[in-house]
Amino acid sequence: MSSIATRAKGLRSNTNSWLVPVVIVLGLAYPFLEEPLSELPLIGDFVPSTGTFVVMIAFTMMAVGLNIVVGYCGLLDLGYVAFYAVGAYTAGWLASQHFEQVTIHFGSSVDNDQVGIHVTMWVVLIAAGLLTMLAGIIIGLPTLRLRGDYLAIVTLGFGEIVPQVVRNGDSFGGFNLTNGTFGIAPIDPVGFPILSGIAFFPENFQTSDNRERWYYLIAFLLLLFTIFCSVRLRDSRLGRAWIAIREDETAAAAMGVPLMKTKTWAYALGAFFGGVAGAYYASFKSGAFPADFSFTLSVFLLCMVILGGMGSIWGVTVGGLILAYLNFSGLSTIGSKIQDAGLDFDPTKYQFGIYGIIIVLMMLFRPAGLIPERRHKVEFEEGVHDTPFYDVQTEGSLTDRDRGND
Amino acid sequence: MAPDNLVEVTKLRKEFGGLVATDDVDFTIPRGAIIALIGPNGAGKTTFFNQLTGVYKPTSGSIVFDGTEVSDLPPHAITALGVGRTFQNIRLFAQMSAVENVLVGMHCRLRGGIIGSILRTKKVKREEQEARDRARELLVYSGLPRRHDDRAGNLPYGDQRRLEVARALGTDPKLLLLDEPTAGMNPQETAEFTAFVRRVRDDKGLTVLLIEHDMKVVMGVSERITVLDYGAKIAEGTPGEIQSDERVIEAYLGRGAAA
Repeated sequence: MSSIATRAKGLRSNTNSWLVPVVIVLGLAYPFLEEPLSELPLIGDFVPSTGTFVVMIAFTMMAVGLNIVVGYCGLLDLGYVAFYAVGAYTAGWLASQHFEQVTIHFGSSVDNDQVGIHVTMWVVLIAAGLLTMLAGIIIGLPTLRLRGDYLAIVTLGFGEIVPQVVRNGDSFGGFNLTNGTFGIAPIDPVGFPILSGIAFFPENFQTSDNRERWYYLIAFLLLLFTIFCSVRLRDSRLGRAWIAIREDETAAAAMGVPLMKTKTWAYALGAFFGGVAGAYYASFKSGAFPADFSFTLSVFLLCMVILGGMGSIWGVTVGGLILAYLNFSGLSTIGSKIQDAGLDFDPTKYQFGIYGIIIVLMMLFRPAGLIPERRHKVEFEEGVHDTPFYDVQTEGSLTDRDRGND
Repeated sequence: MAPDNLVEVTKLRKEFGGLVATDDVDFTIPRGAIIALIGPNGAGKTTFFNQLTGVYKPTSGSIVFDGTEVSDLPPHAITALGVGRTFQNIRLFAQMSAVENVLVGMHCRLRGGIIGSILRTKKVKREEQEARDRARELLVYSGLPRRHDDRAGNLPYGDQRRLEVARALGTDPKLLLLDEPTAGMNPQETAEFTAFVRRVRDDKGLTVLLIEHDMKVVMGVSERITVLDYGAKIAEGTPGEIQSDERVIEAYLGRGAAA
């Protein structure tokens, strides 16, 4: 009886109630903890700098966005990097000297005499999200009619098309849209041009004394916002419909869930966060370059989702932070330690091999992910007690012609 | 169209390549009736169901439901018009709880939007709460008084069948389609279920169309029976008429038995 009670509880409650505030406080305090932490013996060298953490958070945001598409709705998306590209280039268009034909300023942190469009990054972030959402809908409408593997292949195609367009977009009938392989740089920094007169708020993060701390703080708040929206969406009417589609598309449609609309929303909302993260990251590193948007990045983001646990927000957050940490700081730190020890081995050369091994080990020992989605957890731990047997009927093969695809 | 018919199917035809799965079937369902669709294995009963619910597009012919032509509509639109169904081989959302399964069924009756869900406005919150309460009521009504928060996949077989009905009732249907609802049930469960179907019809003013192999259920509950064989309608009538119909006996037992 008690097992039923715990199981029932397990399906409802998410996390320990004290854990979330503790993580938030620690997260906010990290820029100040970094220094003492990095002076610790043994582990000190492995502590990521605040700047590295900004990058980690940006990619984790994308992973949480991708989790809506892959984890909730079960749509395997191998081209998520396209949304990062759209977000980054939106920042490039709206906040740089790229369009030198015009000079438009709107609450920007840069000098008023700079040519080009310079909209404040706060508006740019929203615009990037919305434009990426639109891109998600445009990509989604033709592709989401497909199921399973077919969908994955088409998304892979779009993941390649977008960077190619970006790379070759320096002359659309003579119009320079993307500046080709050179990319768009510099992209304007984030800042508080209006508040800067009042208090300690810097007008421009890039030139401020605490550049990384400010970028970190805003990135952390953006990540919290992403997670918050993600949780709320999961528990909503729309979130239920996503999971229903993941479980059984045909049954979901028969229960009144409009498939195209619901899937397109998953795509669009997943894209939204990818776009915001892309624009923010572009501002942090002050540029958007076509070489950033490789297929491996799509796979990398997917690895984060799988490592953390598909559908599990906290799992994906942790998985994203771990893989991004390894990628942007951890592996090279480990490498330098190994070389200090006199061995000639550089793990950064084998990064994708290492991620591959991590994923294989995960699949063997923790197939539902680091922090499994509560639904999957129950399944893996208890098994399915009473698998419904299929009626032995010749009709069944007709009814379920489409079943093999889902 | 006569006002007392909820469904009017005319000349419905479905071909899978060379196989004619539904062969120009004419079919009407009077409002408030319990109708059974029977036939030997492979007769095209489920294919017929799937056309009624929009899973398959008919090759030709028309289906008018409650005054609306539905043969071109997608499944969710037909569900929204008031057709709820269960599946021959249970197709619950196994990872979701029983309550959530019913809530998915209510999807098209709820209004909560994206912004409202993120902000969790009062309106959305109230709607969700009411929906949850109603889902629990439906579960109890359908014979699932307990284990509402268990994963659907963990429920015993009979309960999964009941949950499928509860989920279909969640769509607030005018027409309930049951595809072999008692398959795999023991005689006692079957008897309970038969009584339940009648009760649902009376309580909720539904019309019921069921596919069934268990003749006890078919003869016990249905007011009219239609028999399909090789996609074509071979007989239609009251249970008494069907029982003595020669073509039906032939279809089930072969030519010699009818003689």
